[in-house]
Amino acid sequence: MIRIEGLTKRFDGTAVLNAIDLEIAKGERVVVIGPSGTGKSTLLRCINFLDRPDAGRITVGDISVDATRAGRADILALRRATAFVFQNYGLFAHRTALENIMEALVTVQKRPRAEAEAQARRILKEIGLADKADSYPASLSGGQQQRVGIGRAMAIGAQLMLFDEPTSALDPEWVGEVLDLMRSVAAQRQTMLIVTHEMRFAREIADRVIFMEGGRIVEQGPPAQIFDAPQDPRLQRFLARVSA
Amino acid sequence: MLGLVPVILGYVPLTLAMASAAMVLALVLAVALAVERVFRVPVLDQLVLLFISFFRGTPLLVQLFLFYYGLPQVMSFLTAIDGVTAAIMGLTLHFAAYMAETIRAAIIGVDRSQWEAAQSIGMTQGQMMRRVILPQAARVAAPTLVNYFIDMIKGTSLAFTLGVTEMMGAAQKEAAGSFLYFEAFLVVAVIYWIMVEGLSQAQRALEIRLNKAYAR
Repeated sequence: MIRIEGLTKRFDGTAVLNAIDLEIAKGERVVVIGPSGTGKSTLLRCINFLDRPDAGRITVGDISVDATRAGRADILALRRATAFVFQNYGLFAHRTALENIMEALVTVQKRPRAEAEAQARRILKEIGLADKADSYPASLSGGQQQRVGIGRAMAIGAQLMLFDEPTSALDPEWVGEVLDLMRSVAAQRQTMLIVTHEMRFAREIADRVIFMEGGRIVEQGPPAQIFDAPQDPRLQRFLARVSA
Repeated sequence: MLGLVPVILGYVPLTLAMASAAMVLALVLAVALAVERVFRVPVLDQLVLLFISFFRGTPLLVQLFLFYYGLPQVMSFLTAIDGVTAAIMGLTLHFAAYMAETIRAAIIGVDRSQWEAAQSIGMTQGQMMRRVILPQAARVAAPTLVNYFIDMIKGTSLAFTLGVTEMMGAAQKEAAGSFLYFEAFLVVAVIYWIMVEGLSQAQRALEIRLNKAYAR
């Protein structure tokens, strides 16, 4: 189970996250929607301490970290229990697709090389890139790079996968294959927290949709309720804008 | 004149050994200095800045004289150091200061996404530097570092001034016996030139290798 309590982040005095409380059940797929600059990405980045939260507590399984007191070891433990998929893929540019997926297994989890490689090859097959094992990121399409990015996150076996606008940097032609892969990850009951602007995808994949604005959760519920019967006028306005 | 060539060539191994030893030591020191400059450890940072400032701010020859002839007068344990060791140490410290700045710039130039990706999978700072940042910085820094190595090879000729018989010293002795000054120093110049040309070829091969991952 994942629990976030009072998560707060300020940039230059302005609160980008305003005491966010959020619980995510094991296997739950939660999609965060909302206007740009409302703290959606910051929420994900704070959960992974890529941005250090100013206050709040993050609990992932047995690991519970208080933002104000978090030391280096706490942060590493939290990061190792989660996996992050970046908008711009964030693949290691000097390593092949296979090596990108193996890296965390070998360096962080200290698994034997042969075992890590076998697992990475299984994942390459799963993401449909078995033939690209030895390709470097620069020679892959955007869609392929993001699939490797997701594969790298899958390999870790994280309790929570964080997706930060995984299709926003992609040419439209590559969006479909990345969403397909995310569907198959979701089908394995992987706990996922996804920030996306793909509303149709959100409706289809989410167990719960969260609407954020101004660093707060304004409304949340099952997709049918959020998209078909929005209560808050801000959510109604937002949906009218994105569907227009 | 041709008789000079094998005599002076006989000192090529010494030149290459001094330059290689200094290069390896300087690289290690420069990476340490550069990483410190990136993370700015309090107190240490001021010392590193002072170190870089001094070794970039004074001529190599002056540094060599200061350490070989000067320092042993105040620190007697240094008298045991021979010219070759002193030259290697001097070259190491001098070039480490320059190389540290090159490496620091290359580290900072590694895209932010690479740092974040390394952090997100739970790497420690040391793992991140070793596995992700430094290998990518190396590619950017390599051409400049090879340039410094070239400079270093030529810099070994200053060991002559510390009483080391290297290529220059040998040429000087040969010339003094035969009065073939032009020939002797011409041979030295040509040998240096050939060594550096060989290194330039190696540099091209190295760059192709380091750029392998970035070919589209």
